[in-house]
Amino acid sequence: MTVIAPPAARVQQPTTRSGGRGGSIMWMALPALLVFGAFGVIPLIGVLALSFTTWDGIGTIQPSGLASWGAALGDPALPHALLVTFEIMALSWLVQTPLSILIGVFIAARTRYRSVLAVLYFIPLLLSSTAISITYKALLDPNFGIGTGLGLDILNQDWLGEPRLAMGVLVFVVSWQFIPFHSLIYQGAVRQIPSSLYEASQIDGAGRLRQFFSITLPQLKYTIITSSTLMVVGSLTFFDLIYVLTAGGPGDATRALALEMYQTGFMANLMGPASVIAVILVLVGLLLAQLLRRLSGRGDESQLEGM
Amino acid sequence: MATVDPHAPRRITPAGRVSRLNWLGGAFGWLWLLVVMVPIYWIVITSFKTQSSYFVTNTFAPPSDPTFDNYKLVIENDFVRYFLNSVVVSVGAVVPAVVISFMAAYAIVRRAGNRWLRFVNTLFLMGLAIPLQAVIIPVYLIIIRLRMYDTLLAIILPSMAFAIPLSVLVLSNFIRDVPRELFESMRMDGATEWGTLWRLAFPLTRPALVTVTIYNALGIWNGFLLPLVLTQSPEQRTMPLALWTFQGQFGINVPAIAASVTLTTIPIVLLYAIGRRQLLSGLTAGFGK
Repeated sequence: MTVIAPPAARVQQPTTRSGGRGGSIMWMALPALLVFGAFGVIPLIGVLALSFTTWDGIGTIQPSGLASWGAALGDPALPHALLVTFEIMALSWLVQTPLSILIGVFIAARTRYRSVLAVLYFIPLLLSSTAISITYKALLDPNFGIGTGLGLDILNQDWLGEPRLAMGVLVFVVSWQFIPFHSLIYQGAVRQIPSSLYEASQIDGAGRLRQFFSITLPQLKYTIITSSTLMVVGSLTFFDLIYVLTAGGPGDATRALALEMYQTGFMANLMGPASVIAVILVLVGLLLAQLLRRLSGRGDESQLEGM
Repeated sequence: MATVDPHAPRRITPAGRVSRLNWLGGAFGWLWLLVVMVPIYWIVITSFKTQSSYFVTNTFAPPSDPTFDNYKLVIENDFVRYFLNSVVVSVGAVVPAVVISFMAAYAIVRRAGNRWLRFVNTLFLMGLAIPLQAVIIPVYLIIIRLRMYDTLLAIILPSMAFAIPLSVLVLSNFIRDVPRELFESMRMDGATEWGTLWRLAFPLTRPALVTVTIYNALGIWNGFLLPLVLTQSPEQRTMPLALWTFQGQFGINVPAIAASVTLTTIPIVLLYAIGRRQLLSGLTAGFGK
C-alpha cells in the first residue's frame, strides 16, 4: 500500500491533568509501544547496524566496517536502480496528477450518474498489486492478448520484452492502480471548496474553463502537495507490482531500488549491501518528503486571496 | 452575499459553451470507465473459458460455452487453505492492532501533558514515514531469531506493528473530539479509566474504529512482501503469494490464472458492495477526517 506521509503536527489541547481516580493510564500505551518497538523501531536501527556487517542471511553476522557500504556504492547497479526509480517516480507523477485532478473534479459533482461511475472507478483500489500485475501480464501477451483481441496490429507489441515499452507499461499499471486513490483525495478536496467562490466568479462572467484554472486549481494547491508527496514517496516502495509484472526486466530496465534491495539481499544473499540500499531508500524518502514540504511552505500568504 | 443585479442573466456564459464542456467531461468520464473496466471484464470472462478456446477465440469475446472447470482446478489446488491463511493473518493482525492502538490513543489524548506519552506519540508519528520494504531485512532476522520463520505468526506480528502508527493517529484525532465534560462526568460517577475507555470512548469513536479496521485489513489482505520473505512452505501461503505461485504453476493456462485472480478478489469486492462508504473513508483515513 501507499506510504502515508507524516501529517503536520496538531496543536495539542491541554487535557485535565487530574490524577484522581484511575491514576496512571500510561500502561495503556505499552502494548502498542512494545509491538511497534519490536517490529518497527528496532528494525529501523537494525537496518543501519546491518549495513556495517557482512551476512549471508543464514550464517553468523560479521561486523565488517564500511565493507558493505563500499560494495554497495561501488556496484554500478545502484546508480542504475536509482535512475530507474526516479524515472518511474517522475513518469507516474506526470501521468497520475493531471488525470487524478480531472477525475476528482468530475466525480465531485453530486449528480447521480457520476456517483455511479465513481463507485466503479474505485474498484482498482481493492485489488492486490499481485492480482493487477498478473492480469496485465496475461492481457499484454504479444500473441493472445489485447492486440489480437481488438484486431489492432499496433497493440501487438512485445510489451514487457522491450525496455522502453516495459517502462511505459509499468507506469500505466501504476497509474491504473493508484489514480483511484488520488482522485478520491481530490474529490474530497473539491467538495470543500466554498461554492461562494464559484458564484462570485459566475457573476464576473467566468466560464467553466476559467473557473477551473482560477478557482479549482489554486484551491487544490495543498491537496496537490499532499497527493504528490504520497505518490513520490510511495513510488520508492513499489515492489510487488514490479516483482510480479516484469521482475525488473527486461534485463534490468525496470529494476527499481526496492527490487534491487530484495535481489541483493534475498537472492544474492548479500544482506550487508542490501541493508545499505535500504538505508538509502529511507534517506531518499525522508529527503523527498522534506523537499515537498518546503515547497508547500512558499506562497502561503496568497492562499486565501479572493475569499 | 453581494447583491446581484436583478437584470443580469443567471448564466453569463453562453449556454452552448457550458454544455459542450459538460459533454467533453462526460466523454472523458466514460473513457476512463473503459480504461478501468476493460482489464476487469477481461479477467472475468477469461476465467470462464476453456484453455483450448482461449487460444482460438477473440480475447474480448465472452465465452461461447462457459465452464467452471478453471475454478474447480484452482479450488483443488488448495485454494481454501490459502484463503483461510489470509483470513487468519488479516483478522489476527488487525483486531489486536486496532485494540492496542485504541488503548494507546486513549492514553495519549487523556494525558496530553505527560512527557513520556508525548514521546510515544512522536515515535508513532515518525513511524508513519518508515516503509516496510526498508526494514524487511532486520524483520527477517528478528523472525528467525524468534524461531517464528515460516509460520503465520511471522506475518501477523510485523503486520500489526505497521498498522499501529496510522491507527493511533486517526483514533487519537477522534478521541480528542469527545467533549471533555463527558469524561468528567464519568469520573464523577466513579468510573475507572479502563471503564471510561470501553464504555465512553469506544462507542463514540466506533466509526473511526471501523474505518481503521477496514483500511488495515485491506492492506494486510493484499500484502505480498511479508509472506514472500517470512514464509516458505505452501501450507503457510496467503492469497497474494498463492496467486503468484499459481501463475508459475499454471503457466500458459491463462483461464486458470484468470480464475485464481477472480477468486481472490471476490471477497473484497463483496465487502465493497456492502460497506462502500466505510471502505472509501477508510482509504483516506489520516487526511483530516
